[in-house]
Amino acid sequence: MARETQSEIQDPIIRVRDITVQFGSTRVLDGLNLDVKRGEILGFVGPSGAGKSVLTRTIIGLVPKVAGSIEVFGVDLDSSSASQRRNVERRWGVLFQQGALFSSLTVRQNIQFPMREYLRVSQRLMDEITMAKLTMVGLKPEVAERFPSELSGGMIKRVALARALSLDPDLVFLDEPTSGLDPIGAGDFDELVRTLQRTLGLTVFMVTHDLDSLYTACDRIAVLGNGKIIAAGSIADMQASQHPWLRQYFHGKRARAVMG
Amino acid sequence: MSGDPKLERIAKGNALALCATGTWTASFAPVLERMVADAEKLAGTPQSIFIDVSEVAKLDTFGAWLIERLRRSLTQGAVEAQIAGLSANYSSLVDEVRRVRGAAVVDSDPITISGMLEQIGRTVAGVAGTVAGLVDMLGAVLAAWFRVLIHPRSFRLTSTVHHMEQVCWRAVPIIVLITFLIGCIIAQQGIFHFRRFGADIFVVDMLGVLVLREIGVLLVAIMVAGRSGSAYTAELGSMKMREEIDALRTMGFDPIEVLVLPRMMALVLALPILAFLGAMAALYGGGLVAWLYGGVQPEAFLLRLRDAISIDHFIVGIVKAPVMAAVIGIVACVEGLAVQGSAESLGQHTTASVVKGIFFVIVMDGIFAIFFASIGM
Repeated sequence: MARETQSEIQDPIIRVRDITVQFGSTRVLDGLNLDVKRGEILGFVGPSGAGKSVLTRTIIGLVPKVAGSIEVFGVDLDSSSASQRRNVERRWGVLFQQGALFSSLTVRQNIQFPMREYLRVSQRLMDEITMAKLTMVGLKPEVAERFPSELSGGMIKRVALARALSLDPDLVFLDEPTSGLDPIGAGDFDELVRTLQRTLGLTVFMVTHDLDSLYTACDRIAVLGNGKIIAAGSIADMQASQHPWLRQYFHGKRARAVMG
Repeated sequence: MSGDPKLERIAKGNALALCATGTWTASFAPVLERMVADAEKLAGTPQSIFIDVSEVAKLDTFGAWLIERLRRSLTQGAVEAQIAGLSANYSSLVDEVRRVRGAAVVDSDPITISGMLEQIGRTVAGVAGTVAGLVDMLGAVLAAWFRVLIHPRSFRLTSTVHHMEQVCWRAVPIIVLITFLIGCIIAQQGIFHFRRFGADIFVVDMLGVLVLREIGVLLVAIMVAGRSGSAYTAELGSMKMREEIDALRTMGFDPIEVLVLPRMMALVLALPILAFLGAMAALYGGGLVAWLYGGVQPEAFLLRLRDAISIDHFIVGIVKAPVMAAVIGIVACVEGLAVQGSAESLGQHTTASVVKGIFFVIVMDGIFAIFFASIGM
């Protein structure tokens, strides 16, 4: 166990090599390479329709790839056994764009769902951990007995984050976590991700369109274009880049307003 | 350093000291919970209480919470339990967990006699609500229909044709197949029993009357309720869930006119067509069995059929079809628009749509039977 932890510190937590994904005859990802380092918050940007969500879904295994390899926690997801794969899945959490909460379960049941499947612990402990998670994502305990249809957009995102964190994963995927939130709510959410990352030692893979998130929350940024990573680095690197889309993105009106 | 978690008591004079070691994470949660429960029972009146966590290799929310839970339950009166040796990495996690209030006790409603009676009362009152909902929808559809009659341009022809394709054209194969088989079965059973009296040929009378008056339209209506009624409910229900219906309303469209009316029109036109095709398929199947199994020649079958049935039988059957279609459509649309936010609700209303649709179809059939009997048709 100790050895495994050692090697993981040096190796990237996600290693994507030469990934190609195709829908019919349209090639969405074309020989893409990406590393995500342990403990960082990686912001993943790119024009709409460039395949950001597709890459996320490919890594999680929801979209089949034509070629390439994906290693998460040092496990090659293609050649891994079912139990290895389950182990990996236990160690990651996913926040879907629309929350994807189970609509027929209450918030409490939603958060406890993964625990019930994977851990054999008492109902009391599950209830207590649920309260801890709700407090961590900044929700009141009363929310626990509500159904997803009775929650606001921001609350849905927070509950979905609490569910993604329910097994204390090492890695979380956030697909546009701040979309649909008001700027203050989005700012709070960025802050929350940052805090949780620090407290729980998470690695965060965040697909986003939100410039604020990139500036305040992310350690490193990767940019997707033409099915490849066109740039990766700190926010300063991005601003210095001469790539036309990047120039427009980071020097446009909105970017200036954010940097203000 | 890492490995199975342990919680040991260290003797330290008057103080109670517990030393936690190993990996305190979710994977060990069951073991951890047991250890903490045991440690909570440690009695005595120590002057100070320490929980030493300096040897903990890995800590997550589960471990941190269990240590916090232990700290809280050991804290009695004036002596507060302390956590010692906390590494900088984990201090924010422990601080975070310290803010958590205890779990709210979830009290599920106990089952009582009065509660059960209340449930029955609510269900009975709900029946009146169901009928009122159906009448309400019928009125809304008729009102929309009159509006369309006055302004024919607002009629959604494309949508109606699309739904016609779905509920009529695409239903033809399965309807024809099933009614054909039912015709075969009726004829076979008829011949089998009539043969004892030497009355084979009367199977034609039975088949003709039964299929044209009752079976053809009833069977097809039940199949349409299952096939298209459920589809209507699911479509409208998921549109309701995703606020698409609210969107229509805010753009100044009447959902009844845009969504319900084309579906109702398609169904009301489709069911007579399907009932006719079904009746023909059943007669064909019955004739085939009468020929192959009962030895009734096709010419003899047709001759007998012409004597046995009149146009009245056909009219009695086909007149019922549009009414049944309207009932199925109204039930399906009422249920679809009643869907709430959850997937479970969608399932419940789709089930209710089919069950109520079939129930009302059979009730309508009974009413028609009494009516036609009293006017002598």
